[in-house]
Amino acid sequence: MSLVTEGADYPGPAAAGAGVVYADVSMAGVGDYLALLKPRVMSLVVFTALAGLAVAPASIHPITAFTALLCIAVGAGASGALNMAYDADIDARMVRTSQRPVPKGKIRPGEALAFGITLAGFSVATLGLMVNWLAAGLLAFTIFFYAVIYTMWLKRSTPQNIVIGGAAGAFPPMIGWAAATGSLSLEPILLFAIIFFWTPPHFWALALYKSDDYARAGVPMLPVVHGDMTTRRQILLYTLLLVPLGIAPWALGFAGLLYGVTAIATGAIMLLLAWQVFRERRPTDAASRKLFAFSILYLFLLFAVLLVDNGWGGLIR
Amino acid sequence: MTELDKPEDEERIVLTEEQLRARRARSIAIALALLALVILFFIMTLVKGPYMAPRPI
Repeated sequence: MSLVTEGADYPGPAAAGAGVVYADVSMAGVGDYLALLKPRVMSLVVFTALAGLAVAPASIHPITAFTALLCIAVGAGASGALNMAYDADIDARMVRTSQRPVPKGKIRPGEALAFGITLAGFSVATLGLMVNWLAAGLLAFTIFFYAVIYTMWLKRSTPQNIVIGGAAGAFPPMIGWAAATGSLSLEPILLFAIIFFWTPPHFWALALYKSDDYARAGVPMLPVVHGDMTTRRQILLYTLLLVPLGIAPWALGFAGLLYGVTAIATGAIMLLLAWQVFRERRPTDAASRKLFAFSILYLFLLFAVLLVDNGWGGLIR
Repeated sequence: MTELDKPEDEERIVLTEEQLRARRARSIAIALALLALVILFFIMTLVKGPYMAPRPI
C-alpha cells in the first residue's frame, strides 16, 4: 500500500547480483498505520459520540448504532492521519510527537495523506448511506474543520488555535445525536459547548509545561506568544465558564441527580485546580500537570455518568 | 515487449524478506478490513430491510 511517488527514481543499493535492484517500498507495519489514526483521540471521540447517541430521545437499532460509531471513529482517525501528514515538520521538532510514524520515516506524508483521504471519504459515505445524511454532513464538516481550518491554518497562525480548533473535538456528541434522531436540538449543542469550553484549559495546561517544546517547533501556543500569566488567567476564566455548562444538563432537566452531583463535585475540583494553576509560578508545574490529568477524568466522568443516568438511552430498547 | 522478452541483463526489482513481510502484513490487514466491511454492509442491509434505497432501483 505504498504510493511511492519518488520511489521510481530512488537509486537504492545495488544488489550483488547482476541487474537486481532493491526497491524503496514502504516498511510500515499495520501498527504504524493504526498509530496514524491517533487511537487515544479516537477513543475519546467515540465515547462522546456514544453519549450523544445514547441520550438522544430516539430508538436506534444496535447495529445501526454500531455502524454510526464505527464511521465516526474512522472519520476521527482520518482527521488524525491528515493532521500527521500535514504536521510532519512540526512533529519532527517536538519531543512529544517525534516518535509518530511520519517523522520517524515509517510512513511518507503522501501515504498518510492518501490514507486519511480514503478513510474520510469512506466513513462519510458509509455514514450517509447506512444512517443519515445529517450525521454524515456533520462528520464531513468535522473532518474538514480539523484538517483544514485547524491543522493547515489556525495551528500555525494564532494563539487562539486550540480554542477555535477545539470545535472539531466538540462535534462528536452532535453527530451521535444526529445519527439517532436525524435532527439537532439544544441538548447536543449543550454537549458541544461543554467540550468546546473544556478544550482551552485542557490544552493550555499541557502547553504550560510543554511550552519549550512548542516554541522549538514554532507553534504559537498561548504560553509561547503571550506568556505564562496570560495563559493561567485564561485557564481560570474558561474553567469558570466550563463548570456551569457542565452542570447545565442537570439544571435543564435532561440529566438526572447522579449527573448533577457528579458535575458539581468534579466541577469544584476543576475550579480548585485552575485556581492553583493561576497561583503557580515557574519552574513549578505540578498544578498544570494535575489540571491536565484531571481534565481528562472530568470529561470522561461527565459523559460516563450522562450515559448511565440516561439508562444507555435508545441503545437498548 | 513482455516480461518474458526482456533481455536477462536488464534490471529487476526485488523485495527483501523484510519488505515482503511488511507488505504481506499490510495486505492481510486490508483484506480483513474489507471482509469486515462486506459483512457489516450485508448485516445493515438485513437490518434496514428492502427499502433502504430512497427510490426503487
